[in-house]
Amino acid sequence: MVSPTELQHSPSFQPHKGRRKSGGNTPGGGQARHGGGRGGPHTEDPGWRRSARGRISEQVSLSAPAHLNFNNLEDFPPVGSSPILPGTSKPSRRINPTPVSADRPNSKPKTCFTSTPLQKVSSPPLGVEPLEGTVTVGSPMSLKEERELLKREKTKLAQQAVSLPPCSLDPCTPTKTGVRTESKVTPDSQTTCPEPSKVTFSSELDILAELYCTCISENLVPNLFLELFFVMQLLTSRSPHTHDGEEQLSMCSGNSDVLERCYLRQVHNCVYFAVKVLENQFQLVAHLDKCTLRLLAENERVASFSPELKDRLTQAQDRSTAKLSPSVSTFIHSVPFQPATDNRSNFGSDKAFHTFKKQRDIFYEVLREWEDLHKEPSWNFDAALGPKIRGMMSQLTSAGNHSHFARLFLKQLVQMCKGPRTNTPSVEAPDADLLGMLGADSLGRLKRLEERLIQPHGVVGPCPPPSFPGHQEFFRDFIQTASCCQMNQHLQDSLCQQLLQLDEVSILSPAASTGDGEDEEDGDMEQQDEKQRFTSVLLLARLLAKFLGFIAFLPYQTSEKPSKEIQETSVALRSKSVQVLDVCAVLQNSVRRRRTILTIPWLVEFLSMLDFIGPLLLCYRGALGTLLLLYRRLQLNRHEEMCYLNKLLLVSVLGWLFQIPVIPEDIFFTSEFTALVQEEDGVTGSTGLDCIPLVDQQLLYTCCPFLGEFRKLLAAFVSGSAARSGGIIRKITPTSAELKDTPTANRSQHKLQVDLEQAFFHNQPPSLRRTVDFVAERVGSNAVKHIKATLVRELVDSGEEMLKDGLQSPNSNASKLNDSICARLCDAGLESLGKANRFCNEKSPDAIRILLPVETTPAVLTTSENITKRLAAEKACSWLSANITALIRREWKSRYERVIKALRSPVAPDSMDPDGAEAELVRQGQVNTPKRKQERLVSCPPSCKHNSPLPSDILIEIKEILSIAVGPRTDEELPTGSQLRRQLQRVRNTLECRKFLSAVSEQMLQNCTVLLACKLVSGELPLRSSWGSRHGGVAVDPSAGSEPSVSEILEQLAELWEGGCGASAPLHQLFTPITVAAVLKANDTEKKNYLFLVRKLVNKGILSEEEVLSYWKKLTDLTLPTELIENFQLQSQSIELSLPLTEMQMCFEKLQPSHQTIEGAT
Amino acid sequence: MKLSRSEYKEIARWTDQLRPTRQCMKMLRDRFPHHSQSTLLSIFSLEYQKRTKRTISRHHAPDVMERYYQRYLNETRVRPTDPVLLELANEVDLSPALMARIILDRFLKDQGGEMPSKTILNSMLKEPSLIADQILATNIYQCTINDCCYGPLVDCIKHAVGQEHEVLLRDKLMERNLSFLDENQLRTMGYDKTPDIILEVPVAVEGHIIHWIESKASFGDDHSHRTYLNEQFWSYWNRFGPGLVIYWYGFIEELDCQRDRGILLKDCFPTDIVTLCHASQQEHTPESQKKDKE
Repeated sequence: MVSPTELQHSPSFQPHKGRRKSGGNTPGGGQARHGGGRGGPHTEDPGWRRSARGRISEQVSLSAPAHLNFNNLEDFPPVGSSPILPGTSKPSRRINPTPVSADRPNSKPKTCFTSTPLQKVSSPPLGVEPLEGTVTVGSPMSLKEERELLKREKTKLAQQAVSLPPCSLDPCTPTKTGVRTESKVTPDSQTTCPEPSKVTFSSELDILAELYCTCISENLVPNLFLELFFVMQLLTSRSPHTHDGEEQLSMCSGNSDVLERCYLRQVHNCVYFAVKVLENQFQLVAHLDKCTLRLLAENERVASFSPELKDRLTQAQDRSTAKLSPSVSTFIHSVPFQPATDNRSNFGSDKAFHTFKKQRDIFYEVLREWEDLHKEPSWNFDAALGPKIRGMMSQLTSAGNHSHFARLFLKQLVQMCKGPRTNTPSVEAPDADLLGMLGADSLGRLKRLEERLIQPHGVVGPCPPPSFPGHQEFFRDFIQTASCCQMNQHLQDSLCQQLLQLDEVSILSPAASTGDGEDEEDGDMEQQDEKQRFTSVLLLARLLAKFLGFIAFLPYQTSEKPSKEIQETSVALRSKSVQVLDVCAVLQNSVRRRRTILTIPWLVEFLSMLDFIGPLLLCYRGALGTLLLLYRRLQLNRHEEMCYLNKLLLVSVLGWLFQIPVIPEDIFFTSEFTALVQEEDGVTGSTGLDCIPLVDQQLLYTCCPFLGEFRKLLAAFVSGSAARSGGIIRKITPTSAELKDTPTANRSQHKLQVDLEQAFFHNQPPSLRRTVDFVAERVGSNAVKHIKATLVRELVDSGEEMLKDGLQSPNSNASKLNDSICARLCDAGLESLGKANRFCNEKSPDAIRILLPVETTPAVLTTSENITKRLAAEKACSWLSANITALIRREWKSRYERVIKALRSPVAPDSMDPDGAEAELVRQGQVNTPKRKQERLVSCPPSCKHNSPLPSDILIEIKEILSIAVGPRTDEELPTGSQLRRQLQRVRNTLECRKFLSAVSEQMLQNCTVLLACKLVSGELPLRSSWGSRHGGVAVDPSAGSEPSVSEILEQLAELWEGGCGASAPLHQLFTPITVAAVLKANDTEKKNYLFLVRKLVNKGILSEEEVLSYWKKLTDLTLPTELIENFQLQSQSIELSLPLTEMQMCFEKLQPSHQTIEGAT
Repeated sequence: MKLSRSEYKEIARWTDQLRPTRQCMKMLRDRFPHHSQSTLLSIFSLEYQKRTKRTISRHHAPDVMERYYQRYLNETRVRPTDPVLLELANEVDLSPALMARIILDRFLKDQGGEMPSKTILNSMLKEPSLIADQILATNIYQCTINDCCYGPLVDCIKHAVGQEHEVLLRDKLMERNLSFLDENQLRTMGYDKTPDIILEVPVAVEGHIIHWIESKASFGDDHSHRTYLNEQFWSYWNRFGPGLVIYWYGFIEELDCQRDRGILLKDCFPTDIVTLCHASQQEHTPESQKKDKE
């Protein structure tokens, strides 16, 4: 069955393999594209595949067409399958290599566990000596023998396959890489349809399948899913040419030795074997996701080989609970500034505080740059960001701020990477959903189209190397580039502390349900909450552990596995120092307290980061040994306290760990580990986490995303085969995570509200959120309890009445009555949602109010209350809507039985409405009245409407007038008296309303008015009369409606300064030499105006006479004309004498045109 | 008002030849009558500041300053009442207020023989009557009062404008019953970077959630927006999450491209505001509606 193309392998094939090996088409190595999971040419146990490999590399022999070769990529499509690249495929493993991991470029491909002990065996042809001693630690002898037998079989098969006569095709075809010649996936080339009737050796295959299944069931294989993947590959294997069955038969059966027969040479046999195994391992298979189950159920081969299996799969599909992951709200990406930890008092010095302020911004700048650019091919993290990051590190060092930065760094890490969807929107994400939703037909077409357009989505097999998906990559690269020992130390300290805290977290065990989680309905509400909490703790711990491991082993990472000598030296050296985490103690403690379901998954993440030497150190080797023993013990089919999915998660992550290249292969086969810590008996009364059904399918898939490989494999098969057969018409039932009563149009609104809520918490102290979550959880739970205790009981009571009544009627039929009453009660039960809502609305605010700090502002308080109400109601309602009917049915059923048993005498019929039961207080929604913030103290006049002109506008206007005053200007620009008057009125209004006025603008405004006065009294700013002529200094009665005079404007100014804030007007500028000189240079009118103004100021008490005198005295010091000085002396006296004669008196006489100006004079 | 980049460039190009005087401002207004005066002034001011930054070193060369001073002295001797200094500033295309500073600085050195302190210099610019030389005082004052881009009065106006818009913003928020912490409250709480407003309860503006609001009483052009982003907006985002910037005098609309990343631009107080509304949500449950009917 081997196609001619298959056996090509590169001449330059290297004997190491592994997942590390890049999967892609690496033309150079020629080893592209063969498969992966386990890496390398050695595949697992079955010497079968492995030895084939060895053989191949030695002999480069080719098999005849039409022989199935497990090493053949096309028969066992490694499946990225869609486009199986025939040219690039290499005969070796059935699993695709993972794409080269950029993540640990240093690590070398490794062989997988199982292959190791057999390596020696495999090279010599037919070397099948059993490997006593190496395999197995306590597995029964018989099993061991069986395994060996199986292995030998596999070896045989493979050897035969490869030793077939070479075909004409060039076996070594590195040149073919990348060239997609005809693909097997296309229907045309795929002509062999497996048929049950053509199966040969069926009884032998039955035995082999049984043996194989036993190995799986007893956890004798290092990775269950790798085996399952192999089985699926068998199921979907292809045979390109239809060959005469006879010929094959004769070839195979000609070999009389039972071990020499090629049992799996034909696709019929492969499928037969695979279906057998799947039937046997049905429980395991049934725990795969819905989509995989559906693809499997609809697989035509399954249908033709075992209709029964198909039916079981179809049923299992309905039970599968995998849900689409809820979309994680992604808009908040920053770590909020929290005064409690981030303000000045948390820093040693101002400098440290301000340095950190800058570092925070630089950190985000770097992050944003990474987000924008890291996908671009030419972009290099270290080159682009290295200098910035290292500069930042040295700043941190000089300021001693590493602890602050480490906290920011870790918080940001958690914020961005904790969610289940840590993978950045990858190409595969939509793909996965698509595969499930599309029918086979359209999927097939789609696939073919896709093949033409793009690179195939790779199937990487169930053992991808550790990686840092999505944003994790940024944090990893940051640590590497920063290369800052201080920061790393702080990160380690913090990670360690957080991890150990998380590991201690207490998850409550619901009293009732400790059974196996198989038929957990939706569980109790509390149980769900605890599950959620567990999920969140587990995911967080895994993330932190991975980074702790990364940092801890970073100094020791090497690109190559060190030589023996170096290993020994390193071990001796490193075993002296204390390890960052005492993994053995943690593990033992965890086993003892039965908390492995929490501890192991994160320990696995930690250990997956080990360097080559690490596992040789006693502490890690011990831990690995313990894990191995635990793994062996976790047999899925055994009924123990630990529920199935819990075990499945552990088995899955451990299996994955054992396949990581740095973990030495021999560990799996040594017997040095025997003693396992004893579990503590339930002394404490608590059963331990392991016994609680905490893991669901969702969590399993989140922790083990590689389980999705099954789906990809099967989908790839569909795309290649089903289309031809016309496809299957399927009913599509899209899953919907939306609330059922949310109309589509409202969805975005609903999402926005949810986002707003998240946003609200962002800048509040974390305790607020904890409080809200806690209260909501409790109140929601209480609501359910309350409803159980009241509504349900009342309903059942009323049902009993109805039943009794109904039974009294002559033709009553108890079972019919039962049904109708039950239906009515269930209907009535729906009102529990409204009731729960009201309950939550009523209870939540009180609790929140008591628990939040008294200082909480009303807006925050109200919002918190409202969020709590909603969360509590949501919790209660989602539980109720899922469970209330079942609850009522159950309660009613038992009541019904009791009633029927107790009383069989009919009573008079009377219909009764079960709805009457309730009278709930309807609570008035809390009124949203955020307290109005008190504005800064303002003293506007009473009833001020704050609608006076803005100070800035007035300043601009005055500036304009002043610039006209100082010139250069045209006469048209001059203001008229009334314009000026209006302007001053505006100034006054502005100064009165304090709302927009700051001290600075007020002072400037006052200053401007004084300068304006100066320009007026000096005549520098003449007024333009309405007729265009200059206005004289002669005062006119303003009430006459004509243009106001300068003196009137001056009077207005004086009043302005008088009005309360006069003190701040810089009036001294009226007496500066420059002003006085200007006045004296002007004509008499101006002088009079000036004196008039001064007089006004004195009269109004704005300036005291002493002040005026002192100003004038200063003037005398200056170089002013004597005449001038004398003049002023006189003036000053006149003021001093207040209205005695003198020359000034005369002036004043002239200047006082109306009674108005005299008012206020003393 | 939002301007496209090309509209903005047209205005900016046109301002190239202008001097920062009220006469030039009038020309600008007449040329672009459909744009608001404050937007035009703000754009002109930004452009003029860029121009000044480009050229200031030329004017600050010692020999150049000396030449200005001597020219000033000579010309005031010839025509003491003319706005000599203002004319000189316009002639050499230097901001009159900055020219005033150069000359005053030089004058004081002459008088006192040593470097005048910045405080004295500033107070004299603010209040030229303190200058002993009256002709100089008059010239200085002519320069500072006529300059619409630099000078103590312009600084004060800018300050006032900024402050008034913050008050306006607070008013608008209170009108909408949105409760917030302002810069001063935040500072007392020890925040290291503080936007004008932090909303205690975030809201969604045009579908984008915002936590903070920064008020900018200026036009948002490329240069100033870039600077603000680096020095302020991203810092706010780094601490408080996404937010809103209001450029009251408008901005280049192409700059509003970070909405999905958490920086939203507006040229006025937004009208499309969605708040957390729990009341309506509760009404939506069918049961409560049913209950109401009963």
